Amino acid sequence: MIYSLLVLSSPASGHGSRTGAEFARSVIARGHSIHRVFFLDAGTLTGSCNSVFPQDESDPALAWEALHREHAVELVLCISSALRYGMLDETEATRYERPSASINPAFTVSGLGQLVDACAHSDRLITFGG
Amino acid sequence: MTVADADKKPLLIVMRQSPYGTSLAKAAVDVALATAAFDQLVDLLFVGDGVLQLLAGQDSQSLGKKNIGRQLASLPLYDINQVYFDAEAVSRYNLDMSSSPVTAKLLNPQEMQQLMVAYDHLLGL
Repeated sequence: MIYSLLVLSSPASGHGSRTGAEFARSVIARGHSIHRVFFLDAGTLTGSCNSVFPQDESDPALAWEALHREHAVELVLCISSALRYGMLDETEATRYERPSASINPAFTVSGLGQLVDACAHSDRLITFGG
Repeated sequence: MTVADADKKPLLIVMRQSPYGTSLAKAAVDVALATAAFDQLVDLLFVGDGVLQLLAGQDSQSLGKKNIGRQLASLPLYDINQVYFDAEAVSRYNLDMSSSPVTAKLLNPQEMQQLMVAYDHLLGL
């Protein structure tokens, strides 16, 4: 079965981001596939390359990054949410004259069309957080 | 309810947020409009605090935010014509929906349940 995930919650708040990453890993382990993970609203903060978690807490972004590295899971931040939350790739940082990019290279920034496409091409769309 | 084309999966977006309480309400409206703009079948159900998005006379200027009521008034331009709302929430808030910028159909809890099972995808925002 083809799954897509929508993540709404910030990695710093609640457990939506962590649960989402664990769910994605289970989906793959059971032989299903992840078409795309789309991060919307505060979920886009998951793509930050600047968050620092205390040593005795785990950073949910690392779990997403590992899914991307090991299983080529596509991680997409909604561009309109990302800009509001200060999540800029090199292109957007240059366009809006900000001092630097702020997203982890495992993530890409794109439009809501990527969520629409994920809906159309997946058997299940599962939302985390919100 | 319209029957889907073979290659389209009808989507019901369940709008749960008050219009200006969180940024998610605006994001949900954007998702609805984008889905319709990409020529997909999308209907909307406003539940709980989400019914407040349908109020007439919203003035968001002093909040420095876009007016969600005005955005929702443009739903027919995007061919989003099936809009439903939660009758219980409307009565709990004692709202007068007769002047709402959106033409929507009142549903009781049982009708909402029947509506939700009719879609391929549900998106609760």
